[in-house]
Amino acid sequence: MNTIDHRFAKNWWKYLLSILIVVVYCLPLYVLVTMALKKMTDTSSRLQLPTSLYWGNFTELFAEGSIGRALLNTAIITIATVAIEVILGCMAAYPLARHRSRFNSLINAIMMGVMMIPPLSILVGVYSTLISMHATSTYWGMIIVSAAFGLPMPIYFFTKFIRTIPRSLDEASQIDGCNTLQTFFYIILPQLKPAIATIVILNGVGMWNEYGYSLYILQKPEMYTLTLTISQYFSSGANNLNGAAAAACVATLPMILMFLFLQKYFIKGTADSAVKG
Amino acid sequence: MKLKNGSTINLFYIPALILMLVFVAYPLGQAIYIAFTDWNGYSQHLNFVGFSNFFNMLKDGNLHTALLNTLIYGFGSAFFQNLFGLLLAVFLNSKFRGHSVVRTFVYLPVMIAGLIMGYIIYYFVQYDGGVFNEILGWLGQAPLDFMADRWRAVGIITFINVWQYTGISMVIYMAGLQSISTSYYEAATLDGANHWRCFWNITIPLIVPAMSTAVVMNLIGGLKLFDVIQSLTSGGPGFATHSLSTYISNQYFQAQNAGYSSAIGIITFVLIVVVAGVFNSFFSKHEIEA
Repeated sequence: MNTIDHRFAKNWWKYLLSILIVVVYCLPLYVLVTMALKKMTDTSSRLQLPTSLYWGNFTELFAEGSIGRALLNTAIITIATVAIEVILGCMAAYPLARHRSRFNSLINAIMMGVMMIPPLSILVGVYSTLISMHATSTYWGMIIVSAAFGLPMPIYFFTKFIRTIPRSLDEASQIDGCNTLQTFFYIILPQLKPAIATIVILNGVGMWNEYGYSLYILQKPEMYTLTLTISQYFSSGANNLNGAAAAACVATLPMILMFLFLQKYFIKGTADSAVKG
Repeated sequence: MKLKNGSTINLFYIPALILMLVFVAYPLGQAIYIAFTDWNGYSQHLNFVGFSNFFNMLKDGNLHTALLNTLIYGFGSAFFQNLFGLLLAVFLNSKFRGHSVVRTFVYLPVMIAGLIMGYIIYYFVQYDGGVFNEILGWLGQAPLDFMADRWRAVGIITFINVWQYTGISMVIYMAGLQSISTSYYEAATLDGANHWRCFWNITIPLIVPAMSTAVVMNLIGGLKLFDVIQSLTSGGPGFATHSLSTYISNQYFQAQNAGYSSAIGIITFVLIVVVAGVFNSFFSKHEIEA
């Protein structure tokens, strides 16, 4: 007992500082949630807890319907984009990691070059390309553009990862009579699971929250994603800030829940994706 | 030993390559071509105008504002995200009970869309009923119109970005700190070095690889800043808080100046490549083998 008291006495400033940091980080979310649970006519301080929980903002939100469609659109676009990034990313990384030639290092350099292009800087080119393909306001247009710009990171990450898998595994499987395709599917792919998990969660969050290309590619309201729908709630007159807060809660909650359950993967993934190979 | 089927393996990157050629490389070519025209974004006709879009940039005051703001968003974010990220990592690395709770909360905002973050902060900076003005009221101060002043607005946007993404640099630095062998600190302590000396002469030099990634990532992120500006100010008041990214979309879709917008895009691309390249080579000169 005494030692615990002693440790606490020595570390008291760490706890004080911790509380301060947590408060600074919770405050915006706290205000958002209390706003969502108050009536529009409730003019009490935004820092004050609601006197009674008012769920009307949420029932109105779902009754109006656009948020449900936005959840569906966002889920479709996020899942498809991440799936393409993972599948094409693993496939592309395999030869780049295993077959080092001058041509392949050129390919590698091109992919890294793509990583440097800020998507909005060539907005005009992308948009006019999509118009000529009749791909604006379609799932596939949005998915394929996002996947193309998102691919270099997974390729870079998977290449780094495959290089850490001993080459003797490939050789052993080929002696046993596997061809390249079989070696890739049976030997390399199972080893890549942790790297795939990292890409799925990091790029998944990125796509869920995407706003930029979706703003221009998805112009029909029935194609709107969550971010586009939320911006409608906030900008259309912007007088029902409580209803808008409820919409923002609905859009954010899935990602927050996912983070709380998969926290260690997010932390590890962020650290891994930053370490140079 | 050479692998069997040594070159059929290369077929594996063809799909990825095609995707990037069609949806990145070709649009990049288009963007460069359009930058030399007067295209308005929808008409069938466009005229080749040479470098005039690029010359027009020299006399466009709004663009200069956007450029300066972009540099502030980029360098300001990178500086403070790394400063706070490193301080938080060192603090949390001192291992006290509950340190992982702090880490959870600091990383949490990374999950929230930048756009939504901008709207949440609107609840704080709003003139009537905003949280900041309420706090000013408690302190007996007059309410402020936070986003009306250019520099204050730019500062607030930078700090939202810092606040939201410091968790990423924190995690990178925590991983970096854990990779430093404790034997260095033990040896230094035996030689009589204090905490401060250990930090400057062991931690900082050995953390350069983590720093290089975090700084370059944050710089690129800040220089590309788009959604939080769009939701909080839409570039206003006037053009005071535009970044290059928001100005590009403003010129294309509102001003219907696609040629000019595309030229700005090319310059933005070049700017980011140059800044990232300079910082990468600066850091790689200072990296040492641990």
